[in-house]
Amino acid sequence: MSDPTVDTGQDTSPESETISGNNGLSRRTFVKLAAVAGVGLTLGVTYRVVRGPGQPATDAAFAPNAFLRIDTDGSITVVVGKSEMGQGVSTSLPMLLAEELGVPLERVAFEFAPAHAAYGVAMGLQVTGGSTSIVESWVPLREAGAAARLMLREAAARTWSIPATDIEMRDAMAHHPNGSTLDYGELAAAAAEVEVPKDVPLKDPADFRLIGTPQMRLDVAVKTTGEAVFGIDAGPSDARIAMVARCPVFGGSLRSFDPAPALAVPGVDEVVELSNGVAVVANGYWPAKQGCDTLVVEWDEGEGSALNDAEITRRFESAIQAGGGLAEQHGDADAALAAASDPIRATYSVPYLAHATMEPMNCTALVEDGRCTIWAPTQWQNGPSLLAGGARQVAGDMSGVGADDTVVHTTFLGGGFGRRAETDYVAEAAELASLVDGAVKVLWSREHDMQHDFYRPASHHEFTASLDDEGKPAAWRHEMASQSIMERLMPGWLPNFVRDRTVMRNGVDPTAVEGASNQPYHVPNFVMSAATVELPIPVGFWRSVGHTHTGFVVESFIDELAHAAGKDPYQYRRDLLGEHPRHLAVLDAAAKAASWGSDLPEGRARGIAVVESFGSYVAEVAEISLEDGRPRVHKVWCAVDCGVIVNPAIVRAQMESGIIYGLTAALYGRISIEGGRAVQSNFDDYRMVRMSEAPEIEVLLVPSGDGPGGIGEPGVPPIAPAVTNALFALEGRRVRDLPIQSA
Amino acid sequence: MVSFTVNGRPYEVDVPDDTPLLWALREALHLTGTKFGCGISQCGACTVHVNGAPVRSCRFAVSRAQGAELTTIEGLSFDGTHPVQLAWVEEQVPQCGYCQSGQIMAAAALLAEDPEPSDEAIDAAMSGNICRCGTYVAIRRAIHRAAEIQVQMRSSDDAGGGDR
Repeated sequence: MSDPTVDTGQDTSPESETISGNNGLSRRTFVKLAAVAGVGLTLGVTYRVVRGPGQPATDAAFAPNAFLRIDTDGSITVVVGKSEMGQGVSTSLPMLLAEELGVPLERVAFEFAPAHAAYGVAMGLQVTGGSTSIVESWVPLREAGAAARLMLREAAARTWSIPATDIEMRDAMAHHPNGSTLDYGELAAAAAEVEVPKDVPLKDPADFRLIGTPQMRLDVAVKTTGEAVFGIDAGPSDARIAMVARCPVFGGSLRSFDPAPALAVPGVDEVVELSNGVAVVANGYWPAKQGCDTLVVEWDEGEGSALNDAEITRRFESAIQAGGGLAEQHGDADAALAAASDPIRATYSVPYLAHATMEPMNCTALVEDGRCTIWAPTQWQNGPSLLAGGARQVAGDMSGVGADDTVVHTTFLGGGFGRRAETDYVAEAAELASLVDGAVKVLWSREHDMQHDFYRPASHHEFTASLDDEGKPAAWRHEMASQSIMERLMPGWLPNFVRDRTVMRNGVDPTAVEGASNQPYHVPNFVMSAATVELPIPVGFWRSVGHTHTGFVVESFIDELAHAAGKDPYQYRRDLLGEHPRHLAVLDAAAKAASWGSDLPEGRARGIAVVESFGSYVAEVAEISLEDGRPRVHKVWCAVDCGVIVNPAIVRAQMESGIIYGLTAALYGRISIEGGRAVQSNFDDYRMVRMSEAPEIEVLLVPSGDGPGGIGEPGVPPIAPAVTNALFALEGRRVRDLPIQSA
Repeated sequence: MVSFTVNGRPYEVDVPDDTPLLWALREALHLTGTKFGCGISQCGACTVHVNGAPVRSCRFAVSRAQGAELTTIEGLSFDGTHPVQLAWVEEQVPQCGYCQSGQIMAAAALLAEDPEPSDEAIDAAMSGNICRCGTYVAIRRAIHRAAEIQVQMRSSDDAGGGDR
């Protein structure tokens, strides 16, 4: 690989001033003088159809809309406008279209859509998050399939000169009453001549052949052979590797740096200043990492360097004392509590959490001839430019070429969980690519990934409640404090009066209070307030967002009230959920499956919790014992009502997934802040639940016939309170601070 | 210069001796099925076989592979028909899929050692592999299924041999 004769000790690297395209900031680029000959380390990926970034639908024989292509060879391709990060959209979205098109799923291939408004919702917003993929696609993708089927049928009718209504369309073929058939491939060219129908009737759900059946995932085969192309695998084969040094203290900035030690590492050939830090560009990951580790950087740490966990808690407490914005109230909780003789009080807290996707952040970019091309495992491809913008807008800005000349190839995502709805890694790659020659892949180490996340916000909660004569809640006051996720996403030019009357009503971030301000239990006098605290810790969307903490605190506190009232926690919930039949149905289903109330072996106990999130209802019962003073979860019963079930196998898998994800957070999850920086850095100090700790999980699908809800996130929120409620049942210890500590 | 065999083919790789095997495989040999997850042998995404034994290639210096026979996910079978791969498809294990090359290589090594592993043996062999999507329940099921497939394959191989 690198030429050992290169003189790296002296480093006579020339300092060249370059101007980056958009912001006019001066950037220093240090290039190693001697070119490295015969570079042996390159990345190579050969794209195969359906296994890499998609192309706009242009050259196929029949492409009636942005989601479907049928070619004369009979190939049927569904263009998936959502990001596949494990939640199954590369199967469930093709199922929706294939159902109405009348083709078996085995005939369908998929590819990922380009960044394009056609794949977005309002204002071209093309993002995968909020467990909305099925919700948003439920009607449009079925209509896309149904329209294409009508066009293919019309093409067959013209070919055979018979009425279209005499033709049956199934198994990717038109069936003539006389028994002869035409494959969709044979009809593709003629169908392209048919006008796209305006009114498209959709199937009666009773006639569904695919929807509701456990179809095999279309992405599984390539994920068992190593062929699936993730971001880390994508891009031009000659892309160089870059690692970026960023200020370890949140809110800090670059003061100065000495590139010489990094340039002395064989294989490193450039050190480049970026808006966000210093990039070391090399001919492989190992030299890039060694270069980055040896780089001498002086940071301006800023005011954030004094911040630690204790100070953050103090800020939260004083913000609550000062009073937050009103999130919800009905009745008069203050009066009721003032009159109560012995109100029940409890204080809860949850820490910052990292996403820790298995694939560390990365993005590959190439800027040449006024065009920017990126290969990114991203949850946010496109606009709207009114907000901060998606990957296309950010890459366009940072490279200086503009969004119109930027192309985004979405790869498979090695986990997303909300982390990849950010675009910081895209910005770095696009900026760097605009400053160096050729394609460059910015790869993050695990340590960078964990210490430069947009964390689940830490939060602090104070509850006060009183019970009536029957033990039911008479009044409930919930005061919380946290940072705001949405505040960061609000455009700076948005006037305060608009911000406060739309997204940040009363200064309350809706993603902070969701699930708590609208908690489902019947409480005649209720008030919730939330204080937003400004801190330099980056916070973002973490699988199930506000429900990660509201699910825990609400389902814990209602459990406290049940015990205070001397009632069974399951029955107590039942009695207060009369207005919420979907909550009740899953609660009952989980309790029944777990034989709630039956005798348990010595040393075991059960806890229960129910949470609605993203339009779906999930109840979980956890059975635990103690092992070395910690809960050992043996089994989880999970009942889910997600309205429409597109693929029951995927729904089950997502519930299992959410339970393990939430259990990991409940048992181990904490990012501590010390000196203004994240303490934990890798899987040795940020622990994950592993195979030996994984409980048995039984998932019950509870049909409701309601509209589709999400499945990617709703499995997460109930597990932490189910486990801590079980812990209380077992040993009378109420966990009010996560993660669960050893007794 | 390090020489070894990967998936049955001989290679000579010219990278510094301390380069982790992972990066030699991914960047020099373009075998990108093996994944980077942590760099400190904590997650198992980079698991490959060195002379049949599972190894975390992110902390295994390439020089230590001198003369060894290596197997990566690309060479576990050439058509996706290793019993573990078949079971992974049958049981629909992968979600995001990023850790699964490592999971499959770890499971294949386990089954080679212990053709009918107990749940305890699975815990012991697989707890070095993290799956952030939480596919553990499915992996456990699939390993038991792979053990059955392996037995069926061997008995049909034996039957085939008898016919000849």
